[in-house]
Amino acid sequence: MRKTFRLDEIDCANCARKLQDSLAKLDGVEAVSVNFMTQKLTLSAADDRFDDVLNSVVALTAKIEPDCEIIR
Amino acid sequence: MNKKQRRWRNRIIVALVIFAVVLVVEETGVLATLFGTPGDVYASFVLFLIPYLIAGYKTLLEAARNIRRGDPFDEAFLMSVASLGAFAMVFFPETDPHMAEGAAVMLFYQVGELFQSYAVGQSRKSIAAMMDIAPDYANVEKDGTLVQVDPAEVAPGTTIVVKPGERVPIDGIVVEGASQLDTAALTGESIPRHVKPGADVISGCVNMTGMLHIRTTKPFGESTVSRILELVENASEKKARTENFITRFARIYTPAVTLSALALAVIPPLAGMGAWSDWVLRGLTFLVVSCPCALVISVPLSFFGGIGGASRLGILVKGSNYLELLAHVDTVVFDKTGTLTSGTFNVVAIHPEAGVDPDYVLSNAAYAEAFSDHPIAVSVRAAYSGKIDQARISEVSEESGHGVSARVDEHVILVGNDKLMAQHGATWHDCDLAGTILHVSVDGAYVGHIVIADVVKEDAKAAIHDLHAAGVKRCVMLTGDRSDVAQAVAEQLGIDEVRAQLLPQDKVDVVERLFAGEKDGARLAFVGDGINDAPVLTRADVGIAMGAMGSDAAIEAADVVLMDDRPSKIAQAMRVARKTMRIVWQNIIFALGVKVAILALAAVGIAGMWLAVFGDVGVAMIAILNAMRCMRIEKN
Repeated sequence: MRKTFRLDEIDCANCARKLQDSLAKLDGVEAVSVNFMTQKLTLSAADDRFDDVLNSVVALTAKIEPDCEIIR
Repeated sequence: MNKKQRRWRNRIIVALVIFAVVLVVEETGVLATLFGTPGDVYASFVLFLIPYLIAGYKTLLEAARNIRRGDPFDEAFLMSVASLGAFAMVFFPETDPHMAEGAAVMLFYQVGELFQSYAVGQSRKSIAAMMDIAPDYANVEKDGTLVQVDPAEVAPGTTIVVKPGERVPIDGIVVEGASQLDTAALTGESIPRHVKPGADVISGCVNMTGMLHIRTTKPFGESTVSRILELVENASEKKARTENFITRFARIYTPAVTLSALALAVIPPLAGMGAWSDWVLRGLTFLVVSCPCALVISVPLSFFGGIGGASRLGILVKGSNYLELLAHVDTVVFDKTGTLTSGTFNVVAIHPEAGVDPDYVLSNAAYAEAFSDHPIAVSVRAAYSGKIDQARISEVSEESGHGVSARVDEHVILVGNDKLMAQHGATWHDCDLAGTILHVSVDGAYVGHIVIADVVKEDAKAAIHDLHAAGVKRCVMLTGDRSDVAQAVAEQLGIDEVRAQLLPQDKVDVVERLFAGEKDGARLAFVGDGINDAPVLTRADVGIAMGAMGSDAAIEAADVVLMDDRPSKIAQAMRVARKTMRIVWQNIIFALGVKVAILALAAVGIAGMWLAVFGDVGVAMIAILNAMRCMRIEKN
């Protein structure tokens, strides 16, 4: 399943890249992209695990970019 | 500004005010009288720390977080080290104090960051506004009253009602009502389109005058408006080479500069070339100016703006990489039908024999062709203004590939090519016009011929001219037409090369051969109408599909999609691409040039920290303002 979420907000292109690199290493993440220009996060993960994966993505984002919230 | 930005701005203002007060207090010598020497230095150290922390605590925390994660090299790190370093100069009491500079570096850095965040937010908003073509609801009739429902819940085949002033939410067919539709948001075309029952309507258009009942043909998710939004949003994910280059560059650049700053601060004093304080300060200045943010932000912002600006013209570019390629196109290959010509046949001339009325030739041809569905027959009937009384026609027979014969009243009429004439012994003569020639004979006597040709689009000639003006060296036309017909069209339009009598499957080969003749770095664009040319669209450096409103296959296969079918949009797209690339390179050269200059000055000790702060924040601001120009587009 592939889903897109809005980010509030990721401050710079470099931060977006760093966040994306870190999230991509998470277990269960098939593909992830953090788009600074459109302020969007697109996540692909297996259907049955999607919610778990999303939770860990949200948790890691909060750690790396405390100012950035993923709006679900 | 959003809430976060307003809080940020207030913090910066408070810090700036405190900073100014402390600066005045320090300069007027109040501290010296209160605390004596060297007590005044420590007092001002503490006082400058207040605005510094108010403005910059978040940056310091971020730098600390990055160091903990083992990925320290970014702007926050550079700025934290530089400003903390300036404060640390307090340990060299023999030099002038540099606390003011340390606080200033952080303050101006914050001003620059806030400006950046605001500018990016602003461009995002204006692009979002022009892409604001997604309707929020659809009107569906239930039990006699209109109910507003989520467009995503409307099944295909439902009848929806669109009132004047509302947007069409879902693609469909008009079943009742007539109106004018404003398609500007989709195509950039300002002349409204008239629709009546039976007409296809596309979501995203604004209904201007009358109430329309529309039977939907697609679910919302597959409607034009949804597809366009998806496409534009995904566009910024396909990065241009320049963009990737800058990202890679920043990754190497920051550590490199940090190391050279360290070397600059440590090696010369160890070698006995001067005081520690002097060289450490030069190293710190080096750090401030080295920040790559002007580039890291302005390059993607330029591409984003360029794509946004193009979409406002009805030109959808599927990624920054295609915008970059488009700027380097020097060969444009057209598939004639549907791009340069409209793909419909028209009667372009009637040449009667001496003493024969042209209408007589046309009316006889129209009668003989009355029952045929062939595009040529349709065009003959369309050109004939009178009514056709079918009761007068009998004994119609089609002679496949040659023409038709029919009896109208008491006359035998033959309409067809030269072979048909030859078969029936009529003496015909040829025409010097290019096109399909339809000879007409009545009772065995030749009365004249009708010339039928594919209609060239109004702006086709201007389009080719504009492309040449925009720097395209070769315009090539591919067509299945006979050579002489193709040559005539090419000459009329100013096309450079023609490949005629091609079968559909030959197109890839031809494009392949054109590729072989290309120079390095030059790019080839293929323009098609999206029908049967997906392989070529994919093979070309830039595949351009036109007239794509409602054609899913074209939107899928192409790299650049023109929403309407005017070829002049291609030159317009190229101009947007070139302008974007120009701005991108201006920024790269300007930012790096200023930085290298200040770095050099800092290394030899001429440039102080104040100049370094300009080198960073000032350059970033100018580059961002320049990048925002990409969004502005010429309307014509």
